[in-house]
Amino acid sequence: MATWLVRRVAASLAIVFAVVTFTFLLLHLAPGEPFLPSGDTPIDPAVVARLRHQFGLDQSLPLQYAKYLGALAHGQLGESFALHRPVADALGDAIPNTLVLVGTALVLELLLGLAFGVYQAARARRLPDVALGYATLFLNSVPTFWLGLLLLLVFGEALRWFPVGGVVDPVVHASLPWAGRTADRLWHLALPALTLGCVGAAGTARYERAAMLEVINQDYVRTARAKGLPERRVVLVHALRNALLPLVTLFGLSFPFLLTGAVLVEWVFAWPGMGKLTAEAIFRRDYPVVLAAATSASTMVVLGSLLADVLYAIADPRIRVHGE
Amino acid sequence: MTELLLRVRDLRTYFVTEQGRGTARAVDGVSFDLHAGETLGIVGESGCGKTVTSLSLLRLIPEPPGHILPGSFIELEGRNLLTLAPKALRAIRGNEMAMIFQEPMTSLNPVFTVGDQIAEAAIVHQGLSRRAARARAIEMLKLVGLPDPETRVDHYPHQLSGGMRQRVMIAMALVCGPKVLIADEPTTALDVTIQAQILELLNRLQDELGMAVILITHDLGIVAGTVDRVLVMYAGQVVESAPTPELFARPLHPYTEGLLASVPRLDTPHPRRRLHSIPGQVPAATAWPAGCRFHPRCPYAWDRCTVEEPPLLDAGKGEPASHVVRCWLLAEPARRTRQP
Repeated sequence: MATWLVRRVAASLAIVFAVVTFTFLLLHLAPGEPFLPSGDTPIDPAVVARLRHQFGLDQSLPLQYAKYLGALAHGQLGESFALHRPVADALGDAIPNTLVLVGTALVLELLLGLAFGVYQAARARRLPDVALGYATLFLNSVPTFWLGLLLLLVFGEALRWFPVGGVVDPVVHASLPWAGRTADRLWHLALPALTLGCVGAAGTARYERAAMLEVINQDYVRTARAKGLPERRVVLVHALRNALLPLVTLFGLSFPFLLTGAVLVEWVFAWPGMGKLTAEAIFRRDYPVVLAAATSASTMVVLGSLLADVLYAIADPRIRVHGE
Repeated sequence: MTELLLRVRDLRTYFVTEQGRGTARAVDGVSFDLHAGETLGIVGESGCGKTVTSLSLLRLIPEPPGHILPGSFIELEGRNLLTLAPKALRAIRGNEMAMIFQEPMTSLNPVFTVGDQIAEAAIVHQGLSRRAARARAIEMLKLVGLPDPETRVDHYPHQLSGGMRQRVMIAMALVCGPKVLIADEPTTALDVTIQAQILELLNRLQDELGMAVILITHDLGIVAGTVDRVLVMYAGQVVESAPTPELFARPLHPYTEGLLASVPRLDTPHPRRRLHSIPGQVPAATAWPAGCRFHPRCPYAWDRCTVEEPPLLDAGKGEPASHVVRCWLLAEPARRTRQP
């Protein structure tokens, strides 16, 4: 188990390193420059040259790369070109917001997906299953941002049940007591988390339905019935425990999917997270921010899949024993 | 005669096939009695309805597509299992009537320890505490002869061999001390040496615990050694039923005759002769032949067999109805002439 973990962590580090390298190369290959004068704001070329020198952009690419890696190894992410603050600070503000959003969406995705999938399997090929089947297919097919806009229009704009954007109410939040501040946060979190969570939940439900239907016909489910167990226990203990295994794989796969989806959802709901930060940084050619964001996102994804592997070993005794 | 435990009358289990293109009459009017402590063997080829019969007894047939027809009757000590409420039925399953299956490799849940799976029935039916149920599980593992039961109790099924798993299945079935044990081909998936061990174990446990056993098998060798009474099934029906020695000494149905002739023997007068086989195969359950269902494969069949379905006729030896045969040869014995 220990050797497996060491090997797995080493592989993870290699992946993060590869992501940093490719992002670095792609950024510099892409057209555009951080300090290029745009049409309506003419800048003196001398100023541009000074800025390029100041941020080391006039050096050769391999040298820039080596310098960046060296700084990264020391935990230094550099200074943002556009935000006039250290990249670490900007990320420090954005990452918790994204983690809250993605974490909530993940919980929604797994709980809703599991509940609907099991419910559908228990009523397979009957009306509730068919209706939910169409609903999940629809949700699974629509683009995340489209669903976000729809929810925003209906519940934010027309019905005014939820705020249309932001993490907290900018006016009253600071003056609220602790409970009120939490409620305010949850209130703002509801729509973006639902948007992100529902799309994932639809996929999970379809997956889980199939997994349950496969398991429910297994011999050991019949054995459980032959033992005289209540049907509830047969389905929710004997069948579900086996149908959970593919869900663990799905968990590892859905984490990167959620992070990507978060970029669009954050944009739609003006959610000041990593996605929004990264997207803005890309438009501004804010190299240090893009690089740091890509690095931290890939680290999260790699950690997520590592966690999924560990969970899998816990969930399935057959894997656990092989690893020992 | 000992106390009557289980009375099955006119059991019919049909399956509606895909797209409703017909009904598979998998079990079509089976009747038998099972007495306390008795071993009943049900034999026949694959597809003749043995397994569906055994699953029907505990109402484990998936519905739909399967259903047990009204008019069927399964009575355990005076209670009709077919009209019992689900809760009362569950109180019988695994408690008074338990079952072991053909495939020990897939019949155990892979994600729970064998101890938990054995203890579960004791917790559900007898209200044992977890601790007591665990102790009970260890006791059962000892009873079925699993070495080192204190360690094995925490093992997962994949850590055990096929024979050990079947022992675990037996322990699981017997944990509540059932009156009836249904064993559906319990040794078919096992190595020959393990088969003998498992049969021996079943015999010993039956002697110790005094339960009645329904042993379903296609292997007449197993029947000869362990069973009191044999039910030969063909095409969803009982075609012959007799006490085991009587059946082996005087098989009357041509199908039984064919089955017995198909068993390889070392003591035959012509050991180099080709082993007998019954021509053809069991027809599909959606289209049983008219008349006697065995007539297309029967060496004696004549006109009557193709149109008129024979009832179970008493062979008239011993007690009334102790040896019954579904064959017109009993009415017209002169037609029993050995075919070339």
